[in-house]
Amino acid sequence: MLTIMILLPIAAAFGVLLAGGRAGGAGAKLARYVALGVTLVELALGVALWVGFDSANPGFQYRERLPLFDPWFAWSLGIDGIALVLIALTVFLMPLCILASWESIHKRVPEYMAAFLLMESLMIGVFAATDLFLFYIFFEGGLIPMYLIIGIWGGARRIYASYKFFLFTLLGSVLMLLAMLWMARAAGTTDIPTLLTHDFPSGVQTWLWLAFFASFAVKMPMWPVHTWLPDAHVEAPTAGSVILAGVLLKMGGYGFIRFSLPMFPEASVDLVWIVWALSMVAVVYTSLVALVQADMKKLIAYSSVAHMAFVTAGLFAFNRQGLEGAMIQMLSHGLVSGALFLCVGVVYDRMHTREIARYGGLAETMPRYALFFFLFTLGSVGLPGTSGFVGEFLSLSGAFQASSWLVLLMTTGLITGAAYMLYLYRRVIFGAVTNPDAATMPDLSAREYAVLAPLGLAVLYMGIHPNPIIDPIRAPVGRVLARLEAAGPPRERIERARAAAVRQAEAALTPVAEARAETNR
Amino acid sequence: MSLPPNIALTAPELIIGLSALLLLVTAVFRGDRSLAAVSWSSVVVLLGAGPAMLGQPERAFAYGGLFAADRFAQFLKVTIYASAAVSIILAVPALRRTAQGRFEYPILILLSVLGMSLMASAADLLTLYIGLELQSLALYVLAAFQRSDTRSSEAGLKYFLLGALSSGIMLFGISLVYGFAGTTQFAAVHTALGGHALALGALVGLVFTMVGLAFKVSAVPFHMWTPDVYEGAPTPVVAFFAAVPKVAAMGLFTRLLLEAFGGAQDRWQAIVAFMSVGSMFLGAVGAIGQTSFKRLMAYSSINNVGFALIGLAVGGAAGAASVLFYMAIYVVMTIGAFLAILDLRDPDGRQIEDIASLAGLNARHPGLAAALAFIMFSLAGIPPLLGFFPKLAVFRAAMDAGLYPLAILGVVASVVGAYYYLRIVKTMYFDEPRTAFGPRLSTVNGALLLASTAALSPLGWLALSPLFAAAQVAAGTLFPR
Repeated sequence: MLTIMILLPIAAAFGVLLAGGRAGGAGAKLARYVALGVTLVELALGVALWVGFDSANPGFQYRERLPLFDPWFAWSLGIDGIALVLIALTVFLMPLCILASWESIHKRVPEYMAAFLLMESLMIGVFAATDLFLFYIFFEGGLIPMYLIIGIWGGARRIYASYKFFLFTLLGSVLMLLAMLWMARAAGTTDIPTLLTHDFPSGVQTWLWLAFFASFAVKMPMWPVHTWLPDAHVEAPTAGSVILAGVLLKMGGYGFIRFSLPMFPEASVDLVWIVWALSMVAVVYTSLVALVQADMKKLIAYSSVAHMAFVTAGLFAFNRQGLEGAMIQMLSHGLVSGALFLCVGVVYDRMHTREIARYGGLAETMPRYALFFFLFTLGSVGLPGTSGFVGEFLSLSGAFQASSWLVLLMTTGLITGAAYMLYLYRRVIFGAVTNPDAATMPDLSAREYAVLAPLGLAVLYMGIHPNPIIDPIRAPVGRVLARLEAAGPPRERIERARAAAVRQAEAALTPVAEARAETNR
Repeated sequence: MSLPPNIALTAPELIIGLSALLLLVTAVFRGDRSLAAVSWSSVVVLLGAGPAMLGQPERAFAYGGLFAADRFAQFLKVTIYASAAVSIILAVPALRRTAQGRFEYPILILLSVLGMSLMASAADLLTLYIGLELQSLALYVLAAFQRSDTRSSEAGLKYFLLGALSSGIMLFGISLVYGFAGTTQFAAVHTALGGHALALGALVGLVFTMVGLAFKVSAVPFHMWTPDVYEGAPTPVVAFFAAVPKVAAMGLFTRLLLEAFGGAQDRWQAIVAFMSVGSMFLGAVGAIGQTSFKRLMAYSSINNVGFALIGLAVGGAAGAASVLFYMAIYVVMTIGAFLAILDLRDPDGRQIEDIASLAGLNARHPGLAAALAFIMFSLAGIPPLLGFFPKLAVFRAAMDAGLYPLAILGVVASVVGAYYYLRIVKTMYFDEPRTAFGPRLSTVNGALLLASTAALSPLGWLALSPLFAAAQVAAGTLFPR
């Protein structure tokens, strides 16, 4: 089943490339319909996957294993609840992406569709792989189509952005590769379910954790390695941004919850201060940066960095609320920021600018659009009733149990978040129509309805009734928590580490204090 | 029918050597018209030489221990013969078009392959030297093959002068080793020098011998000739240069250091590691500013040799296996890249060598651009393409042996190197077309390009297990129990 889900888009991509190259204009049309059809089939398969999934089982399901490539890796697939919801997110967003690029992409359509289909395969592969190196292959392989998507169909500075995206993420990942090689030797297997119960020596865990952190922090992205994201988002075509924000960023969070936390529990707890510090900086700093952006996409990109910081804070709270909240926040962010990028794409298609100042008063000309935009703005702000609220509230309440200082700073992000989103909304939708071009823009077309309505419904559904989504992740989250507890209760370890740090700081400062006392005397 | 063991064990070399002479004599009578016939016969000879090794024992010596026929040599020879055969095929249309349809080209390749074959089987410092010189002399001539072109003559001359110098240094090293060990056979050198600290003279001999080989594999700091020679030599010749002699020389390097100087690994490990790091970084950084595709490939080959040297620095059967595995896949990628480039002509039929001229290739020849992009991503070592696995192999060997700094420097260098491979993809796909391209010429080359691209795609994963198993068996015979 998972193999079919991975191979079908690849096969379709090749078909589209071969058929599309020959037929010219008709090829573009064919490519669009084939891509839409295949992504819808994938969606159906994803639904079937969810229906057949046993939420009570914390282990991996739908296991497949072909040891074809010994001694390198095995074609080994399987999903638990965490992977299930992320695959669901992927297959849900993909048809919308294809629809969103239906008219806005004119050149090299077959290649564009093929790149997106390849992307879908690789993303599903990342979440479904249960072999260390197979995971890495999918994880890295995604760089190639994304590089091409940004570079070929991107905006003015697309080449700079595509290089930056590629090299940043590659540099992060290669260190992880070395850590994987070490793990494979130490544990004697590359099977992820086996590795999840393997206890690595605590001294080495720190190094392994840091190597994985380098990769996932870039992917997530965390401050200060987030700088590729605004560039990539701004230059990528709309659907590329949706995939970047919706799914690619989730690979970082998925990596933390799949590898860092359960495989290196001791290091995760010991080094938690890194994550907390970076999350706090990210929330405060990127929210303020978002406030002053003049480009709509850039604003949303910076807001993504801030929202992903809630995810890391929740993940590294080491308790059930935090982890489940982080998962919900990831899904919610995938829907909401994807939808916001689509909203930007709708007006961009009409005006060909993303500059906020060029818009204004769209509420009069495009009332239906304004309604959808409002819904997603509220989702991004985290208003109760939308999915954003559930995610942010749960992850913050989890983080509060771990550290109240952390949450104190994080909550400022909620306020600034509301500020920049509502400010954006006011400037684009309300006010007087200043630009004559903006006055003539038509409201949403049927195709755009078809893109935005499912997202709106999903955001509302997750906000009002999130339990069906929490159900499958409950059991695997419990397993991660058990691993963390087995390594020593996180709270105590954190307290001990803090006490040790204070002692060290005091010891380091004693000579200074004495010297100062000397001089004062 | 049973042949004397000396003949049976050297059957492939005898076949190649005799056929080369025979073809030379025949072709002299028919002149340049015989290019195609001689080329295809040479291909047949090379493809026939491989099966001649069937039935050889796992490890045997011929001519009183001068010549080793073992799995290690067989692995190298199969790689060398196959890639040399492809190099001959891919050159035919180019040679014919430039009115340089000289029949000597395939014969020179055969002779250099004979030298490489001896290198792969060298079990004695003298066999090593003879093999190396035979292949080098043929390569010097090949570099200067386009006689009417001053750049080509310059390349040949440069190559010859520097090559002769390095051969001299190496010969001096060999004589020192002989002086201290009292023998030239690898196994006997190992017993004579192993077990206790290396005498200073023997150490100098070892270093000088390594210098000579480092020159042949173009490892830093003996790499300077590579970009110049590659730039000047005719493109089909460069395709051969960049791929095949590297395999033979890396194989010889591995065998020499592990078989003859295996006891002194603590002495040479640091040298090899230094050459490896230097080559990886210099190759990666040096390639960034290049505008000529051939110079870029020269730096790329320096870069790749650096990665392969990681495996050699690790030593042992695991390290040797990773070197063999690396080189086997490297050959496919390099030849593939040149197959694509050789197919690029401007409307006047001249070979395109500028990277800038590749701009917008995707619009004109989408298939060719896609194949070249595949190969570039593969050379950059991005999964899921096959080029990821040789890098994985050497990094794994280094991690398993605890050479963490080498592995970390290696991955960093691979990210730097990714930049210039990406630049080619960028030029082909993101830039607007500037030059016109002539029509593609050779269907045979096109088919070969398609085959190498398919091999580098995830379809090639199926070859991973058998190929690596073969490399392990081959490396295992260096360490008889």
